[in-house]
Amino acid sequence: MSAGVELDNVTMEFGSFRAVDNVAVNIQPGEFFSFLGPSGCGKTTILRMVSGFIQPTKGIIRIGGKDMKGARPNQRPTALIFQNLALFPLMPVWENIAFGLEVRGVDKATRRAKAEELLRLVDLPDAADKRVSQLSGGQKQRVAIARALAVEPSVMLLDEPLSALDLKLRQHMRAELRAIQKRTQVTFIYITHDQGEALAMSDRVGVMSHGKLQQVAVPQDIYNNPANGFVASFVGENNILPGEITGEEGALVTFTTASGTFTARKGPGVSKGAKVRLFLRPEHAKLSTSAGAGNSVAVEVTDVAFEGNFISVHAVDATGQAYISEARNDGSSVIPARGDKLHIVFDGANAVILTGDISAKDVDE
Amino acid sequence: MSDLLNRYGALLTTIFILLTGFWLLMLIVLPNIYLFETSFRPYLPVTEIGGPKDVFSFNNYFTFFNSPIHMNVFLWTMVYSSLVTVICFLIAYPLAYYLSKVAPGHLLPTLFLLLFIPLWVSEVLRSFAWFIILALKGPLNATLLGLGILDEPIRWISGFRGVVIGLVYTYVLFMLFPVFNAIQSLDTNQIEAAEDLGSPWWRTHLRVILPHSKPGIASGAVMVFMLSAGSILVPTLLGSTTSRWFTEIIQQWMFESQDWNTGSAYAFLLLILCTVFVSVVMRVFRVKLSDIAK
Repeated sequence: MSAGVELDNVTMEFGSFRAVDNVAVNIQPGEFFSFLGPSGCGKTTILRMVSGFIQPTKGIIRIGGKDMKGARPNQRPTALIFQNLALFPLMPVWENIAFGLEVRGVDKATRRAKAEELLRLVDLPDAADKRVSQLSGGQKQRVAIARALAVEPSVMLLDEPLSALDLKLRQHMRAELRAIQKRTQVTFIYITHDQGEALAMSDRVGVMSHGKLQQVAVPQDIYNNPANGFVASFVGENNILPGEITGEEGALVTFTTASGTFTARKGPGVSKGAKVRLFLRPEHAKLSTSAGAGNSVAVEVTDVAFEGNFISVHAVDATGQAYISEARNDGSSVIPARGDKLHIVFDGANAVILTGDISAKDVDE
Repeated sequence: MSDLLNRYGALLTTIFILLTGFWLLMLIVLPNIYLFETSFRPYLPVTEIGGPKDVFSFNNYFTFFNSPIHMNVFLWTMVYSSLVTVICFLIAYPLAYYLSKVAPGHLLPTLFLLLFIPLWVSEVLRSFAWFIILALKGPLNATLLGLGILDEPIRWISGFRGVVIGLVYTYVLFMLFPVFNAIQSLDTNQIEAAEDLGSPWWRTHLRVILPHSKPGIASGAVMVFMLSAGSILVPTLLGSTTSRWFTEIIQQWMFESQDWNTGSAYAFLLLILCTVFVSVVMRVFRVKLSDIAK
């Protein structure tokens, strides 16, 4: 039933603007795949190309192995869930869901039965005769999913469908979507700028920037082993220190920055002399009252944010370089106060040297 | 009201309201009240006006219902006004869809300008222009003959043909703009969603775009229908010997028979019967007045 989607060096140009630049990825049948990136990175363009609303300038899109060149959206085995859902407000809920079947000439009784079955699947059994305007945001979401599932698509395309919901509901719908995907075994292609969503739901994530696919990997690898500076800085928080590689020390390299010399892992594609930065996750940047034997830098605490399950500490060193450290709120760590003079210590194996631009998100900070 | 007062001050606001009030009262309300009152009085020689014979009655209205010819003319006026409305819709809907959802945004000002230019010319001149275009030896026949589409010229102005062509031309924009507004307010994602669910273009129109634009179509239809049924200029200029329009009968009563009493009764009958007709049609198509007002 479900089909894989293959993007074979797909490029999309709008005039002189290259929205999608030579993207190649092979999405497996039944996979939950997310395209993650900031707005304007080309992820929605990819979705519109897969659904058939626009044709790529170059490259081939295959769904279930079949070249989709020239096929209109109504000729593709895909169903798209729009960012604003695009439910039909003048039809009752069940007609919305059964619209795809109506198009296919299914008789009314069967349509109704199928709509009710799908409403049970999305946990909305009594909504068949309601008007769309009577539903809450989360319920509309479910109706949109049911409407897309009704045509039994091989591939489901989702364009940030959770972005309009409030936080609690969003988290609930994440689990729900994941469960529906596992139950139906349909290939899901999910577009989001929310790294939490992408990491929590997906089998694999493709991180995009400026129309280029930066990295395709399972969520753990995206977070733990980012391919370049953009991925590292876009997904999760980081301490970022510019500097240069000055030597090798076993598996690690020595990295000299304005704030001192540290050891760190060498990331992919890093060669001596390239423009590189050191990336260190806040949870690996430990605060200590004394300088460590290995990587250590003296800092002054500038701000302490109590987040509930963890404590986020902002600090700055003598050169003005800012640091973030996070500690779990499990009683094991002392909460520092603003102005405390402490040391950031970290294990070289937890810091990584990467090339490439960093995301605008971190530049702003 | 207080907004107006704050913005323009007491003097200007008073002038605005007085001017509007004058316009409404003197040019609309009072003349209509006068005609309404007149329609219930008998047509009498001047010396007997105000005399014992000058009493209120429905006699002027009964004149219509006792005249099969007039009722027949009214019926055909309704039929051809409906036809004009349908033709206007058939022309305006595809154009409105094109303008609101297909045409590239930078072309819109030009396209709208092209639509508006004919409105800069007075209705009388435009109707005369059609009189010339549609003439037996006029440019339309000449073109069609020249292109070899026709073997011999068509007598365009015969029966109601000229009237229908003229009315469609005069009032099609009254259909276009409400329908354009309605379709434009439809979220394009809904059209795409329908297509994505496998819908062919005609079903998308039937199930998504048309139902959404129903209020716009309804208000356009009401305007085109009422204006057509009430038009005097086009039926007079482009009519033939066999096309009689109800407004022409009103004109005859008033200006040929000098009987303003029966003329006013006929004018109010046109208004009342058209309103009834429109209400019935709206009921059939399940359109509410509040939908149109939106």
